[in-house]
Amino acid sequence: MAVPIELTVNGKTVAAEVEADTLLSSFLREHLRLTGTHIGCDTSSCGACTVHVGGRAVKSCNVLVAQLHGSEVTTIEGITPRDGSLHPMQAAFKACHGLQCGFCTAGMVMSAIDLLRHHPHTTDEEIRAGLEGNLCRCTGYQNIVKAVAMAAKAMGRQRP
Amino acid sequence: MSAMAYHRPSSLAEAAKLAAGDPDARILAGGQSILPSMKLGLLAPSAFIDLAALGELRGIRADRKSVTVGAMTTHAAVAASPEVMAAIPSLAKLAAGIGDPQVRNRGTIGGSLANSDPAADYPAAVLALNATIRTNRRALPADGFFKGLFETALAPGEIITAVEFPVPNTASYVKFPQPASRFALVGVFVAQTSTGVRVAVTGAGPCAFRVKVLEDALARRYAPQACEGISLPSGDLNTDIHASAEYRAHLIPVLAQRALA
Repeated sequence: MAVPIELTVNGKTVAAEVEADTLLSSFLREHLRLTGTHIGCDTSSCGACTVHVGGRAVKSCNVLVAQLHGSEVTTIEGITPRDGSLHPMQAAFKACHGLQCGFCTAGMVMSAIDLLRHHPHTTDEEIRAGLEGNLCRCTGYQNIVKAVAMAAKAMGRQRP
Repeated sequence: MSAMAYHRPSSLAEAAKLAAGDPDARILAGGQSILPSMKLGLLAPSAFIDLAALGELRGIRADRKSVTVGAMTTHAAVAASPEVMAAIPSLAKLAAGIGDPQVRNRGTIGGSLANSDPAADYPAAVLALNATIRTNRRALPADGFFKGLFETALAPGEIITAVEFPVPNTASYVKFPQPASRFALVGVFVAQTSTGVRVAVTGAGPCAFRVKVLEDALARRYAPQACEGISLPSGDLNTDIHASAEYRAHLIPVLAQRALA
């Protein structure tokens, strides 16, 4: 059954007809060609596919597009400034070497941004708890936690 | 799977009518359990009846006597609610420990209760706090709601609308999480309510259940020491790769004791 949907993705209105069981992750990658969102486990465990829906981190492999009619979705492609520079979270991941293979990074960055928006003054322990839904098989997490702590300072300075 | 239908009713009455007309359809709340179950091949519904457009099922109301949580309220909303934190802090803490942040941003209380996963957290709170589960047809008491593995007292097509938690004198929840999934290996919710001490356990059996021997001991003395020396039979409890039934039985009084510490 084709379901008509309309939602906002990275600030642009998207109207489409999708099958009832189309996952947000496949819609983003295959229909919109936004391949920055990675599908890792496809079982709602690893968090590589994390995007924002209404500003909150969700696993796009565990949401139907049909559920998001009228919602605002932001992917990793939608967080960079128009001038092509990096978001402070991306810059911090680069500066702290918070990645090795990079497969989990887009999801880590999206989760970490949601975390800092709601808890701007986080301890390392809170950062670890806030990233419980994201798995990394390379780094051992140390540099990821450092990156998020650095981004917290940078994002704090950005706020008016 | 592409033969599936999808409905987004704009009223509860319409949702109920759709559910009554198709016994193989599934009510869709946050989808955090149903979508993984479909991927595993455990479920193949004919249609989704998505409650996303029913704004009246979202939100939290609290007064001195009770906290009412709309069925479509997310775990994140319960965890962050100042009303819940003030009235029943143990309930906010429980919600903050479900799954991970992404799951809490989508998963709902109504979905969790209707699913009755044997290791879900909310069933322990509902039983221990003697909550009332309101549906589009009636009000169901917590006792008797959880019938078995993924089985509840809900009739086919019946839709949970809200859960009303009476404010306890005091309450506490401690879970021993399975470290990968963060589901409860065992979770124990202990509450001193207007109808007495209630102790509810999740993760250990086919569904959440109360433990009379602990309730009786804590009614005599509401203190951690009252749980000492109590051992529970492991006969009906779960055994899996994470823990044996005997280990789960052992954890129940231990966690009850920690909940009171």
